[in-house]
Amino acid sequence: MTALTERPVDAGVAAGPPRLRFDAVRKEFAVRGTGTTLVALQELTLDVAAGELVTLVGPSGCGKSTLLDLVTGLSEPTGGRILLDGHPVTGPGLDRGIVFQQYALLPWRTAQANVELGLEARRLPRAERRRIAREHLELVGLAGFEDRYPHELSGGMKQRVAIARSLAFDPEVLLMDEPFAALDAQTRETLQDELLRIWRATGKTIVFITHGIEEAVYLGQRVVVLTPRPGRVRAVLDVDLPGRGEPDRDVRSDPAFVAMRHRVWDALHHAGAAASTGEVAP
Amino acid sequence: MTAVAEASQQRARAAARARRTASVVLRSSVALLVFLAVWEAAPRLGLADPVFLPPFSTVLATFVGLLADGTIGLQVGTSLARAGAGFAIAVVVAIPLGFVIGWYARAAQYLSPFFELFRNTAALALLPVFILVLGIGETSKIAIVVYACFFPILLSTITGVRTVDPLLVRSARSLGLGSAALFVKVVLPSAVPTIFTGVRMAATSSILVLIAAEMVGAKAGLGFYITYTQFNFQIPEMYAGIVTIALVGVAVNAGLVLLERRLMRWRAA
Repeated sequence: MTALTERPVDAGVAAGPPRLRFDAVRKEFAVRGTGTTLVALQELTLDVAAGELVTLVGPSGCGKSTLLDLVTGLSEPTGGRILLDGHPVTGPGLDRGIVFQQYALLPWRTAQANVELGLEARRLPRAERRRIAREHLELVGLAGFEDRYPHELSGGMKQRVAIARSLAFDPEVLLMDEPFAALDAQTRETLQDELLRIWRATGKTIVFITHGIEEAVYLGQRVVVLTPRPGRVRAVLDVDLPGRGEPDRDVRSDPAFVAMRHRVWDALHHAGAAASTGEVAP
Repeated sequence: MTAVAEASQQRARAAARARRTASVVLRSSVALLVFLAVWEAAPRLGLADPVFLPPFSTVLATFVGLLADGTIGLQVGTSLARAGAGFAIAVVVAIPLGFVIGWYARAAQYLSPFFELFRNTAALALLPVFILVLGIGETSKIAIVVYACFFPILLSTITGVRTVDPLLVRSARSLGLGSAALFVKVVLPSAVPTIFTGVRMAATSSILVLIAAEMVGAKAGLGFYITYTQFNFQIPEMYAGIVTIALVGVAVNAGLVLLERRLMRWRAA
């Protein structure tokens, strides 16, 4: 088991230091009133290369959100380190952008003003903020919706605004916490294609957390399968499926996609089976 | 041809809208009209003593007369100045204090029992104390209004700050906002709707408490006017004063609702 959790970063991605490194990250929570502790993450080790789109998939309770809080710097690991470009993460910072499942837009701000929020923290002059926000709303396909309030936008559009907001201040890494889980199936597929397009256009490093196997396979260059309680890396699978993100190609019906999907499913449900079929690098 | 058809269609739609508006107005005013009709009819039919309950038309005529000779304007002005002053002081003190208490859990621990005690002490019960300490002049009346307005505003501010969506706070912190920016850009605006509920409650009770205070001891103001006319047996004048209070209350509330809409245009309708 332990052997499966470690995987060198070299295969398929550029050499050099990883952009984001989880080095034996451990997180424990005190259970209230009992004096015992709950291990949410146990020696989680993972490297994410610059420009890579990695998807993390796991059952509920695998510590996905805990992991996200740690990367964000909103909480600190009990053990191990998280390194961003070789420097340990010590608190929230604009080198990481986060997209939440529930959008987290400020309802009293227009789309434009929401995107400007992170730029205000960066103390950019007003005209500059305007320009950047406008550009990013255009990037996510929302040109013309700058003055709409969140309640005037659909779920998919809100999430586009949230993505624009997180990209606008140009973070090194974009962290996405089940961003499309609250959307209907069609909107979700559209936004998955949009995300791939944006990723290719910006070359950002993206860590995408999901509980959807299909979504993980469709988006990820690599799919990281996590175990439930305590969360650790069970398997890392390379995905090589051409044509993803091209709206006129039904990649999801491709036998290769279906096979890949099944391998991730296997890894999630039967750790042993995944190992025996050789999907997991030693 | 189509333009003509369109125009007639538009006219028909406008007419339908007008009919709908008219029916809404009718439905919402029917209870009021029935009430006024009963008021008018009861003394005329001998169901009530016209000396103690003059018909509505008499009261209305008196009201118009008092409006014309400036009596009502003077009394309303006096009362509104007092209520406004007390209300403004309460807003200026209670909102910042509410933010402090809501934001710092420690402050709440120290202050909550104290506020809980005073919140549950009816303002009017303290009126004798205010008059003893501050005299019968303006100060005691403004003070009692401050007292009555203070707690609804304070408590709604505390609630507003405490019920800020934690996700918005997390998200803003992840965007690199410091504590001060977080407060100004997230906590404050998201607390505004809750605070406003308290502000409206305070405005209503400011007038309520003031009228009562003016009835006990004052030389001008709506409360004073009502007791004064009652003592002097000017019954239609007394009713005119009561009608004025009702109208002032409705107007103040409508003004605040309008302000609320302006401040919170971002809300879903």
